Amino acid sequence: MTTAVSFQRASRFFGQVRAVDDVSLDIAEGEFFAMLGPSGSGKTTCLRLIAGFEQPSSGHIEIFGATAEGVPPYRRNVNTVFQDYALFPHMTVLENVGYGLMVKGIKKAERDAKAEEALALVALPAYGGRRPSQLSGGQRQRVALARALVNKPKVLLLDEPLGALDLKLREQMQVELKTLQRNLGITFVFVTHDQGEALSMADRVAIFNQGKIVQVGTPEDIYERPQTRFVADFVGSSNVLSPALTKAAGGPEKWSSLRPEKIHLLRKGKLAPASAMAAIVTIKAVHYQGASTRLNTITADGNQINVTAPSALGRFSEGEALTLHWPASAFHVMAGEA
Amino acid sequence: MNTATVTDSSVLLRRISDVLFGRPRLLLFLLLAPPLIWLGVVYLGSLLALLLHSFYSIDEFSGFIVYEFTLSTYAELLRLSNMDVILRSLTMAVAVTLGCAALAFPISYYAARYARGKWKALFYLLVMLPLWSSYLVKVYAWKLILAKEGIVSWIAGQLHLTWALEALLSIPVIGGPSLSFSSIGTFLVFCYVWLPYMILPTQAALERVPGNLIEASADLGAVPAQTFRTVILPLALPGLIAGSIFTFSLTLGDYIIPQIIGNSSYFLGQAVYTLQGTAGNIPLAAAFTVVPIIIMLIYLSIAKRMGAFDAL
Repeated sequence: MTTAVSFQRASRFFGQVRAVDDVSLDIAEGEFFAMLGPSGSGKTTCLRLIAGFEQPSSGHIEIFGATAEGVPPYRRNVNTVFQDYALFPHMTVLENVGYGLMVKGIKKAERDAKAEEALALVALPAYGGRRPSQLSGGQRQRVALARALVNKPKVLLLDEPLGALDLKLREQMQVELKTLQRNLGITFVFVTHDQGEALSMADRVAIFNQGKIVQVGTPEDIYERPQTRFVADFVGSSNVLSPALTKAAGGPEKWSSLRPEKIHLLRKGKLAPASAMAAIVTIKAVHYQGASTRLNTITADGNQINVTAPSALGRFSEGEALTLHWPASAFHVMAGEA
Repeated sequence: MNTATVTDSSVLLRRISDVLFGRPRLLLFLLLAPPLIWLGVVYLGSLLALLLHSFYSIDEFSGFIVYEFTLSTYAELLRLSNMDVILRSLTMAVAVTLGCAALAFPISYYAARYARGKWKALFYLLVMLPLWSSYLVKVYAWKLILAKEGIVSWIAGQLHLTWALEALLSIPVIGGPSLSFSSIGTFLVFCYVWLPYMILPTQAALERVPGNLIEASADLGAVPAQTFRTVILPLALPGLIAGSIFTFSLTLGDYIIPQIIGNSSYFLGQAVYTLQGTAGNIPLAAAFTVVPIIIMLIYLSIAKRMGAFDAL
């Protein structure tokens, strides 16, 4: 498999700030790759290093085997879908989409035909004559996508492209983006701070924290087998247990994570199966989320445990006593923690 | 609540606020009435009175104004000597506008895209500084700078470039005995005096161009020159047009600079000044003032057709 983008100990410093700190990473051709992390973790700077808006302070970056340092953005076969779309307000939708072809000197008739084709690809035909200001957020997002795709880039960079959309539209676009990527076979590099988005769309996910990559893997790897406390906490708000707590709860004496949905709960008076680890807790806070309910609970000796319960179990109230139990296999030991 | 501290005036103020809060249109009317009276009655009124006068004529024998509707005053404008004044002013206004735009754009671009913090404050200070001193002082200062014994000729002499300066001054029509007695000198001083009026709106327009549009353009394969032509310039155009309205109309109407610096040929402003003053020919002066108004209207309609206001 060809490597599309390769970071080799690449860093980008802004004064004292280490925005990207010694990152090594290979993104394969045709892969849907997500960069996930909190804001300021360096994921967007990584994207800008690939696009060519930033140059690495040290280290090396290759795009399809060619050195990227010193190559300006306009000579890279890479296109970006910007966070706020960056559509040209003084051009029509068709002119926006045809812009990349126009600057390459392609004749108007041909470029209009290709732009129409790209607009059809993102399900926006017959919008060519409008101005970006006349479109909704979702439509602008599609125009930005068409404007990038019309150039047939080898790598498409997406900088939080769904961030400005409402939930329903965001879920719809997630499906469409994924389908589009499969059909076109273009390498997608997708930056997001939304773990759900990254897990549902990407082939592989890199988790960023403070300029460094803390874990790279498939969504299952990241979710089921977090290597550090940060990953466990950031991806799906796990229960992170110290070595002592893990031991007390029936696991090995190591840092471990316990997913809230792996914990079974019994309401008052019922006893846990003998084979399982159990704890008696009191509900501190109830967060109703529709299909499920998140419960923040506390044990008698003051340890917090988060649980996700199916809402079908009925209403929970604060102060209610519960029995929690989990199989010994529910623990995941985090190798990245000493 | 401590009622003792509520004074009568604060009660009244609150009651007025309550009345105005429920009637936003009344508030808007109260705020807009004074400027509308000023602009509508005083300014437009005098403009209309001026227009009216341009349709009267002067009795050449007695020198009195004949209050009868006639187009003869406008016909007089078409006389060769008067057309000469109009064309000269128009050419100068176009040249000054282009000169100011060429000088202002890089400065505005730097200020909008690169200057931050104290450098931006310094930029505003330096741009505004010339506006703080008297216009006449500046013009006379320039007369000395551009004079035959002035610093420009001296520097040219030190650099052994006197021949270049003389070649420049020997160009027919725009040349002259020295920079301060040539149209080139008039042009330079006009450019200097009106430059802030071009820089400020251009800088404001460039400031509103989001940086990511420039990145998007580069990302899509445009080399910097293409980005400049297809993205930056069209989006800065409303600012440049606003600035050019200032430089263009100020040059067309000015009657002091060409009087002090230049080859003493007449400009529109001077023609109006002399006609309504010493010559006492108010109708022809009025007809002359209508000329820049018409030129501006034509200019704005061309700018609109070019799409200068599309991004507003």
